[in-house]
Order: sequence, then C-alpha cells, then structure tokens
Amino acid sequence: MTAQGFGLEHLGFEGLGGREIQMAEATPGARPRPLSPHVMHWRWHITMAASILTRVTGVGSYIGLLLVAGWALALASGEEAYETFTGLLGSIPGQVVLFGFTVSVFYHLAAGVRHLAWDLGMGYEKSAANASAWAAILFAIVASLAVWALFLLGAP
Amino acid sequence: MDGFRTPLGRARGLGSAKDGVGRFISERVTSVALVFLVIWGVRSALELSRTGYAGAVHWLGLPVNAALMVLLAVAGFLHMQTGMAVIVEDYIEKPTTKAALLLLNAFVCWGGLALTVVCLLKVALSVGGA
Repeated sequence: MTAQGFGLEHLGFEGLGGREIQMAEATPGARPRPLSPHVMHWRWHITMAASILTRVTGVGSYIGLLLVAGWALALASGEEAYETFTGLLGSIPGQVVLFGFTVSVFYHLAAGVRHLAWDLGMGYEKSAANASAWAAILFAIVASLAVWALFLLGAP
Repeated sequence: MDGFRTPLGRARGLGSAKDGVGRFISERVTSVALVFLVIWGVRSALELSRTGYAGAVHWLGLPVNAALMVLLAVAGFLHMQTGMAVIVEDYIEKPTTKAALLLLNAFVCWGGLALTVVCLLKVALSVGGA
C-alpha cells in the first residue's frame, strides 16, 4: 500500500514510500487517482452558474439602486440637475449601464423567487433545480428584451 | 479548565448562535416585497422615461407613487445591506478589512436610504394640487 492508494499524493503526502509513487505514476496505464476539487477546475453546471449569477446580479442591482438614489437626488435638486442626470442616462454608455441594470434586476428577481420556493421546501429535486435555473436565465433575457422593446418602440 | 477542552467540546450543548434570525427574516420579507415593488418600479421607469422633469415631479406628487417609491427605497436598501454583508463575510478573511468593508457597506446603504427618502419626500410634499 502506498500513499497513492489514499488519493493524497496531491497534498505532497509521501507516507510509506515516495519513490513507489513516482514509479507508479510512471507506469503506463495506471489509473489516475481523483484529486480534491478546486474551483478553477470544477466542471461548470447550470445550478452552479445560477448561484454565481445570483451574487453577481445582486452586486449589479446594488449599483442600480444607487442610480435610483441618484435619480431622486437629481429630481429634488431641480430641473437643471434632473436634465443633466437623465441626459447621462440617455447617452449610449448610460443606456448600456441601464440595460445591464435591467438584466441584473430581472435575473436577481427570478433567482429570489427560486430561493423563496426553496424556503417553502419546493424544487429541490435535481431536475427541478436545473429547470428553474434555466428558467431564471431565460426569464432575465426575455423580460429585459421585452422592457427595452417597449422603451424603444414608445409603447406605454 | 476550559483550556483542556476542544472548541467543539466548548460549543456543545450551548444551542444555536442565538443570533441571526432577525437578519434571516429581514432578507425574506424584503425579497417578497421587492418582487412586487421591482415590477412596479420597472413599469414606472418606462413611464418616467417619457415625462421629463415636470412630468416626473407631477408623478411623484401622486401619494400612491410617493409611498411605493419610499417602500422600494426602504426594502431595496435593507436588502442591499444584508446581501452585500453576506458577500463580504464570505470572501474577506482579514478581520480588520472585513470590519471596514461591513461598516462602509452599512454607511452606503443607510446613507443612501436616508438621502433617497428625504429627496422623495421633498418633491412629493412640495407638489401642490396634484
């Protein structure tokens, strides 16, 4: 029995015989032992992406609500300040930021509803969790495009 | 005597942390409220994108809009504060940096909330005959 048998070789564990490990690794056809998972080489799956997106869009919405605070401040500061502020939001970079805010808010909203369902004990099955992750992403895309279509087309 | 006990042994039998339930509930209550407030907020933003300054002032002069904007600000900033605190606690290990960032986050959120509510009310209450 060598250290390799414990799957600990990646920790530098040499135990009963480091030389044996080296020999074993050099043997062609030797079965590779599993390594402990690390975030940088973990296979991406949809629930993982959904979880990370929830945090990212939370930060996006954080910045977005500060923009809403800026809107309130501009409105309270008078017409000139308001025109300046809305002019910035209406510029191309401003609209890119606002589109990002829209996607962030809609994704975070859907992710929040997923979490509320989990709090009620629903949707824990692997298939349900995968489906709701995709649904949240799809909702964010469709809702954002719909809102921006309404904005650009001038509908109510 | 405690020096002879392991950390787990010391913690055993003490029950839960006896803290954090309020934050847990606050996160849930604000998220349920925000589901509705955010949808209303997006709809309102679309409406406000066409009104200009005078239209926006008139809009905020309507009591229902002012009340919902204040609720959006309160629920939003509270949710922001707890959410960002979780991120800081998860990723920042150094105690002084962690404390500084948590404090900054609290100041940004409570300051942002106070400023937003004052601005909303200033406009809402100064509109006559809406």
